[in-house]
Amino acid sequence: MTETAIIHPSKEAGSAVDIVRVRKDFGSAVGVADVSLTIRNGEFVTLLGPSGCGKSTLLGMIAGFVTPTAGKIVVDGADITDLEPYRRDIGMVFQSYALFPHMNVHDNIAFGLRMRKLPAAQVEKEVARAIAMMKLEGFEARRVRQLSGGQQQRVALARAIVIRPKVLLLDEPLSALDKNLRAQMQVELSELHRKTGLTTIFVTHDQGEALSLSDRIVVMNKGAVQQVAAPIELYRQPANGFVASFIGEINALPPGRCELKDGTASLVLPGVGPLVFPTAPATGFAPGRQVRAFLRPEHVRPVLAGEAGPNVVTGKVEAHIYQGSHTITRVVVEGIGLVETRVTGAEIVASAPVGASLGLAFDLSEAVLLDTAD
Amino acid sequence: MRSQKIGTVAFWSLVVALLTYMTLPTIVVLMTSVNPTEILAFPPQGVSFDWYVKAVTYPDFRIAFKNGLIVTACASTLALIVGSAFAWLIHHYDFRGRGLLEGVLWSPLIIPHFTLGFGFLLLGGAFGVQQGYVMIVLAHMVLVMPFVTRAVHVSLANIDPALARAAANLGASPFQVLTRITLPLVVPGMAGGWLIAAVLSLTEFTASLYVTGSRTQTLPVAMYNYIREYADPTVSAISALLIIATTLIMLVADRTIGLRRVLAIDTH
Ligand SMILES: Nc1ncnc2c1ncn2[C@@H]1O[C@H](COP(=O)(O)OP(=O)(O)OP(=O)(O)O)[C@@H](O)[C@H]1O
Ligand SMILES: [Mg+2]
Repeated sequence: MTETAIIHPSKEAGSAVDIVRVRKDFGSAVGVADVSLTIRNGEFVTLLGPSGCGKSTLLGMIAGFVTPTAGKIVVDGADITDLEPYRRDIGMVFQSYALFPHMNVHDNIAFGLRMRKLPAAQVEKEVARAIAMMKLEGFEARRVRQLSGGQQQRVALARAIVIRPKVLLLDEPLSALDKNLRAQMQVELSELHRKTGLTTIFVTHDQGEALSLSDRIVVMNKGAVQQVAAPIELYRQPANGFVASFIGEINALPPGRCELKDGTASLVLPGVGPLVFPTAPATGFAPGRQVRAFLRPEHVRPVLAGEAGPNVVTGKVEAHIYQGSHTITRVVVEGIGLVETRVTGAEIVASAPVGASLGLAFDLSEAVLLDTAD
Repeated sequence: MRSQKIGTVAFWSLVVALLTYMTLPTIVVLMTSVNPTEILAFPPQGVSFDWYVKAVTYPDFRIAFKNGLIVTACASTLALIVGSAFAWLIHHYDFRGRGLLEGVLWSPLIIPHFTLGFGFLLLGGAFGVQQGYVMIVLAHMVLVMPFVTRAVHVSLANIDPALARAAANLGASPFQVLTRITLPLVVPGMAGGWLIAAVLSLTEFTASLYVTGSRTQTLPVAMYNYIREYADPTVSAISALLIIATTLIMLVADRTIGLRRVLAIDTH
């Protein structure tokens, strides 16, 4: 009885998928290490992490292609851990699309409905709806080999959603597309999610994709969950050094000590001196505590030569990375190491050439303070 | 510039030389088949199709052709069934002795047909089996097995494993995956394998020489026996017919089932 209570901790809150201490070992290697995760009804959740971190393995366990070594997977309140894949009612889009090459677009989309033995008229109705939703009108009779990458992608999506699955799994569905098409498909994916309201689990190792599409992001590394959070929270308040450096660019300052003097909070870096917080940080700050501060390049501002003040350090320009709308400038600061600053435009390339000295002002209001061990 | 030109000339000379070398014997035989007189003359001294008429009406050839068709149909079909089963085993299971099994399957490519035919003859003698259809079919089946197995194995290996998962994900039971996905995708490979086997079996000579008797001889054996007695262009004519027939079969097969693709000659 207590067991059930653990499995359905948030059933009332409308959880669609409960992953309970799921683990997968491959021999002595760990594929997925004791992952617990609750996904709410209608939520768009992204599994994000570097190659080999176990994203596909976790997805495979939800779909039923991979048998967990331990743990439980509950979908819609039913334990499906030992259910065969074909009885699960979970839609999936594969990285390679896996469209059936001997069938045309229509028959690919109809496949799942036919397996469910739906009457022919209803199959046609549902297929037509899916075709309209994915803007595939006119392609019904095409062989899938004769479709472009984007069209194949849409067929794969149509085929997965037409069965009205309990959950939709997407394993890096955009990775085979070129940059423009990717951006377009991202928009279409969001739109599809909004229209269908399907609980969706999306896998990617592209943080941009994850940040723009997800309700929540699950950051994984080496088989383990590092943090589960909404995109903005993940970017602003990473839980550890791995998440901080995996999501976006970030400067890791050397370990320092928190100090509170006369109501002013500061971080004392050995060999550099105190860096002052404009307001006392909400999290991670405690007088006397050893911490590492992480600071986004947009919170490091280049200053004019001679401008002194609190939180200004001086270093030597090592390189400029011009990125169109903005430029990342790498500066080596004594006592800190490499610091990146991000400014709009490209003027800095001329005003602070490589080798020149450059002052940098740290805006600590957005700094993330983490334990030195993380 | 100059050396490039010399290179081009050398390249095309080589191509022409190679083509000539490979096709000349066939061309010679084809040309002698239209010689009007009763000798195998090259170059021919005229053009006549009388020998073609003789070739298709000659009783020994007619019987031998019919024998050949029966043997080919049986041997290729049996090889297809057994070879597909082997291909399936090799593709799906990693068992001890798999390497050995593969080696045995490929062995007819290495062992001379002479040896195989002779071996079957000796075996037949030991078990009291006559040089009849059974022995010929068994011998041919072994000879064509590697080709059938390879054709089926290649088409199984060419199936994206994600397809079976996708089908299961959409609700197909393992049996439905087999009938709706796997089988339709390997049928072209099986057909291609069967055709290659049929052509090989139809034209096989060395092993057939040992395992056929006077009443069960196949066409190549009958042709050999004919030429030992008569040196007229009839055998050239029947050769020409055989070449045309196999070429047509191959062309049709390539058009209908994409023979080159199923045999993985195209890397597409
Ligand atoms: N069948 C298997 N046998 C052995 N090890 C495996 C198997 N499948 C996956 N692994 C290992 O498990 C780990 C996780 O693999 P997985 O495919 O889940 O990673 P991923 O996060 O999807 O990576 P990618 O972004 O490259 O697709 C990897 O180290 C991988 O080598
Ligand atoms: Mg993967």
